[in-house]
Amino acid sequence: MAEIIRFRDDEPVDHPAVTVDSFLDQSNANAVRVEPGDDARELIPHIGQLQLVEVNFPAFGDGRGYSSARILREAGYDGELRAVGDVLVDHVAYMRRCGFDAFEPDAALNPDDLQTALDRWPEIYQSAADARQPIWSKRHGAA
Amino acid sequence: MYQYDSYDQAMVDTRVEEFRDQTRRRLEGKLTEAQFTPMRLKNGLYLQLHAYMLRVAVPYGTLNSRQMHALADIADKYDRGYGHFTTRQNIQYNWIKLEEAPDLLADLAKVEMHAIQTSGNCIRNISSDHFAGAAADELVDPRPYAELLRQWSSFHPEFNALPRKFKIAVIASDTDRAAMRLHDIGIQIVKNDAGELGTAFYVGGGMGRTPMIAPCIRDFVPLDQLVSYSEACLRVYNRYGRRDNKYKARIKILVHELGAEEYTRQVEEEFAHLLDQGIEPPIAELERIRTCFADPAFGDGARSVDRSDPDFALWVDRNTVRHKHDAYVSAVISLKPVGGIPGDASAAQMHLMAELAKEYSFDELRVMHTQNIVLPHVKIADLHALWTRLDADGLGAPNLDTIEDIIACPGLDYCSLANARSIPVAQKISERFAANGKTEALGELKLKISGCINACGHHHAGHIGILGVDRKGIENYQLLLGGSEAEDCSLGKITGPGFSEDGIVDAVETAADVYLRERAKGERFLDTYRRIGIEPFKEALYG
Repeated sequence: MAEIIRFRDDEPVDHPAVTVDSFLDQSNANAVRVEPGDDARELIPHIGQLQLVEVNFPAFGDGRGYSSARILREAGYDGELRAVGDVLVDHVAYMRRCGFDAFEPDAALNPDDLQTALDRWPEIYQSAADARQPIWSKRHGAA
Repeated sequence: MYQYDSYDQAMVDTRVEEFRDQTRRRLEGKLTEAQFTPMRLKNGLYLQLHAYMLRVAVPYGTLNSRQMHALADIADKYDRGYGHFTTRQNIQYNWIKLEEAPDLLADLAKVEMHAIQTSGNCIRNISSDHFAGAAADELVDPRPYAELLRQWSSFHPEFNALPRKFKIAVIASDTDRAAMRLHDIGIQIVKNDAGELGTAFYVGGGMGRTPMIAPCIRDFVPLDQLVSYSEACLRVYNRYGRRDNKYKARIKILVHELGAEEYTRQVEEEFAHLLDQGIEPPIAELERIRTCFADPAFGDGARSVDRSDPDFALWVDRNTVRHKHDAYVSAVISLKPVGGIPGDASAAQMHLMAELAKEYSFDELRVMHTQNIVLPHVKIADLHALWTRLDADGLGAPNLDTIEDIIACPGLDYCSLANARSIPVAQKISERFAANGKTEALGELKLKISGCINACGHHHAGHIGILGVDRKGIENYQLLLGGSEAEDCSLGKITGPGFSEDGIVDAVETAADVYLRERAKGERFLDTYRRIGIEPFKEALYG
């Protein structure tokens, strides 16, 4: 298992995440793992107590986790949102835009390639779960 | 037409650098082919039977002469002097080397073009009416709305690994020239009772192995909610579209399995939520884009032509279409010469079309999904001069919408998915009808050929469709009748057992003869078929 790459300063949660089903059953956990088939909206009533949400990408081609991430951020979740599994360097920038701020890839990412990928896009066309200003907003004078 | 500003240019330039880096890592072995495949696919690069194929996006089919010249130069520099115009209003090159692909993309970026999302499981290039901005019957020019959605969908972070590819078409006439209802999302610009412009959404259409006609899920989305509504449609699909079976992964299956009503309910719920998320560009952005599509300075002029040359008169009758300005027409350059490869153009022909666009059509060209090229705004007074030059270079075929104007996919001659060849069948059919002289009598007859059930040649939507299949290692061709991609959208029915390569050419002639025998005054092939049904055709074919 590769190390965890984090883009936040708080202390990481030091215990394992539970499944969505068991979280909804016992509900004193503060770390949960969302699988592609899970409905992230079920977590929304409990986001105040959550400190870590792992979103699993068993295969990079299954993009459901991108929606799960955005849905949680749109609901106001501000704890750690960690992409785990088949996370490739070429997808990290998209994941950042969907609100992920931590990564635990199955295969280690080359740090130089990662930095290149994160710095790649000076502009973006659409609004998402990050704070970046889309091109349409810059065009029309919003600060 | 749309012009990039510095932001748009930065986006395509960045994409070239990203792809150059990805290609380098692949060539150095840092990326496996499995990892690289979705990356190259998102840039339109397919590994085909003989070489890489690169698909270049032509957003909503619109090009200027500089871009067409650049496409011709690319054909010479990176391919074998040809390009192939496709049913997605794009152009494909069939002989590309991986190591040269980044340079090719850099050449495209210099003329405000790209290959972004022309394949892969993402939102593809957005298509539109090829007569947009010229058609006499349109409500407004649909292209600004397509451009707004092009920008929204480019590098969309949430939708970069959809269950399957996703195609959007935008039109603004009741006459559908873009097969709108056979798209994942078809959007029609409409006016409501208050006279406001908005959009009707049709979701879940498609061809492929399970053809479906999209139901209307909302008859009016205000223009300042277009992006939010599209995003809601996509999010429901991204979350719940099937991923267990790639043949059931298109949105049409989701809409079909949930039912249009339940899918719509989920979209509306997501839409209500997204309206509060601040994702919609201001209406000023749409207005900015619209100014790029302002009408050119049309002038007055002759409204009829000298018909003393019968060849010219025939071309005018067949290949020119009414324009919103009476002194102009839209002129179709047929890429279907008798015996030719549908949609192919040589570099020299592309250069010529570019020159003619500059001279006679306010510097604009369009790619049609029927694999022809349009000069959208030609003065009627200039038609003879235009036709003379087209005809001299083999581009004067007078066969728009006739049985010789065949759509065909690349088929087994190029494509790694195909079961059968399409191109030779198209060639033989056009030769047969050119020789027997029945083309004129048959009138409008749309014939479409696919070399496998993926239906890139739109066979389901042909008045006559042909589907190539593999039958015990031998190419076999099924005949379909009664499809239409237009506003009277319908799916063709298979007549019965398939035919050999020569047999299918005979079968098409047999079906055409049934029409000529049975037709009532003013009926097209499709009308006659709909009136008399499939039985008389079956009897003639198999009886």
